[in-house]
Amino acid sequence: MLLNALLAYTFLYVPIAVLVLLSFSASRYASIWGGFSLEWYAKLFHNPDISQALLNSLLIAVATTLLATVLGTLAALGLERLPDRQRASHYDTALTLPILVPDIVQGISLLLFFVLVFNGLERALGWRPTLGRTTVTIAHTAFAISYVAVVVRARLSGMDKSLEEAAMDLGADEWQVLRRITLPLIWPGVVSGGLLAFTLSLDEFVITFFTSGPGATTLPIQVWSMVKRGVTPEINALSTLMLVVSVVLVTLSVMLQRRR
Amino acid sequence: MLQTSPYAPTRMRTWCLAPAALWLGIFAFLPLGIVVAISLTERGSPMTWAFTLHNYARIADPLLLTIVARSLWTACATTALCLAIGYPLAYFIVQRGPHLRTMLYFLTLVPLWSNSLVLTYAWMVVLRVDGVVDQAARWLGWLETQASLNWLYTPGAVVAGLVYWYLPFMVYPIYSSLEKFDWRLVEAAQDLGASRVTAFFKVLLPLTWPGILAGSLLVFIPALSNFVVPQFLGGAKTALIGNAIQERFLSQPQDWPLGSALALIVILLISLSIWAYFKFAHEGHAVG
Repeated sequence: MLLNALLAYTFLYVPIAVLVLLSFSASRYASIWGGFSLEWYAKLFHNPDISQALLNSLLIAVATTLLATVLGTLAALGLERLPDRQRASHYDTALTLPILVPDIVQGISLLLFFVLVFNGLERALGWRPTLGRTTVTIAHTAFAISYVAVVVRARLSGMDKSLEEAAMDLGADEWQVLRRITLPLIWPGVVSGGLLAFTLSLDEFVITFFTSGPGATTLPIQVWSMVKRGVTPEINALSTLMLVVSVVLVTLSVMLQRRR
Repeated sequence: MLQTSPYAPTRMRTWCLAPAALWLGIFAFLPLGIVVAISLTERGSPMTWAFTLHNYARIADPLLLTIVARSLWTACATTALCLAIGYPLAYFIVQRGPHLRTMLYFLTLVPLWSNSLVLTYAWMVVLRVDGVVDQAARWLGWLETQASLNWLYTPGAVVAGLVYWYLPFMVYPIYSSLEKFDWRLVEAAQDLGASRVTAFFKVLLPLTWPGILAGSLLVFIPALSNFVVPQFLGGAKTALIGNAIQERFLSQPQDWPLGSALALIVILLISLSIWAYFKFAHEGHAVG
């Protein structure tokens, strides 16, 4: 058993460790250790393509987080109160569909949708929008809503309903109950849902690949096109930085979920 | 307003659903409908909306059928390997003390949250010619100085990359089912004369069956249509259905109707696996 587990953790962590180690290598070759150096990180910071990709990624992730958190939280609040259990379960299924449909199918379906809409707009108005940050944000929001709603619903179902009832009995209207009682109680769930949306958007590759067009290269797309040109130590450095950001974000979200 | 119980259907709360429903309707369900519609039209520019089943007949081409079969085989191998690595791992973690358990569990989740593109790239660095594996083999004297194991761009590399990507999806549900398991049942079986192996097959396995099935589904579904791993770690002969779809949309010559039909084949295969999941989950329940 111990040996099994050791092998499994070796399998999980050796490639990551190797990547991180080689990102500090002075060698020009991505797989060879040539002494310690920060050269590749320095190169990374002076690469305008990378700063632009980082900016695109952050703008899209922030917009997605705002949209998906608001829409997903509202959906969770609405679902919690549907009178008809049967109907609620149908909505639940519909809400989890974007989690079940493979990303590549979501990607091509949105590509087709945008192209058809753009064709229609060109014919009607003589103006043709292009794929870019807006289309990527729309696409990311479409899948992130589901994740936020699932997280917030979990928090809602664990909430003590008598507090809402008490506020109602004391004469609060629905809006007051929502703002003063429900939202503060589910707030940790909303924040961790938002964090999840942010992480998902930042890391998303496949759907972005189909909906971004040449104008809105995000970091994962940048990594993809760099790898297609060849394995370089610069990619090692960029990958290491992305891994660090992921680890920080997971740790944050785990800590948030623990604080009940 | 005062008399209304908070659990009565209130109009405001129902309206809360509207924005998300609208967004998903326009940007998730309508696009899927478009994929169906385009898969049923003839290829050509400008698009002509004439109904045809021709694109589905075109999938019955030996080259595409090979790709579909290879995808199924690869996804099955990935699922089996994830189970073979994931079950013992989850078992090991559950048996540790509370602190170590949380720590080890967290360690299995980190790769899940890391960028999968980066994780797959890490395997390129390890497996490529003169890569880390080659250097290690030479250092150990298993390989001549200039020789290479040539592991990158093989079907094995693709499966390894997929197992690496999806292993946490298998560990998570199995870990949850093992965590809830009442270990006294195994003790009871052994007291009654069952060997460790019998106790495992008659007690532990049936009771953790739901976790195994859920994990297998969570691995199989995404592994089936992954196109990043075969693109990075596979060669020309390891293309999977995801690559075939991607090429129809982003490489010249484009072929949207065929690409859409292929995407719907993926949906069909996934629906079948979900159906099998419910069937097996139900039967497992009846036995257990």
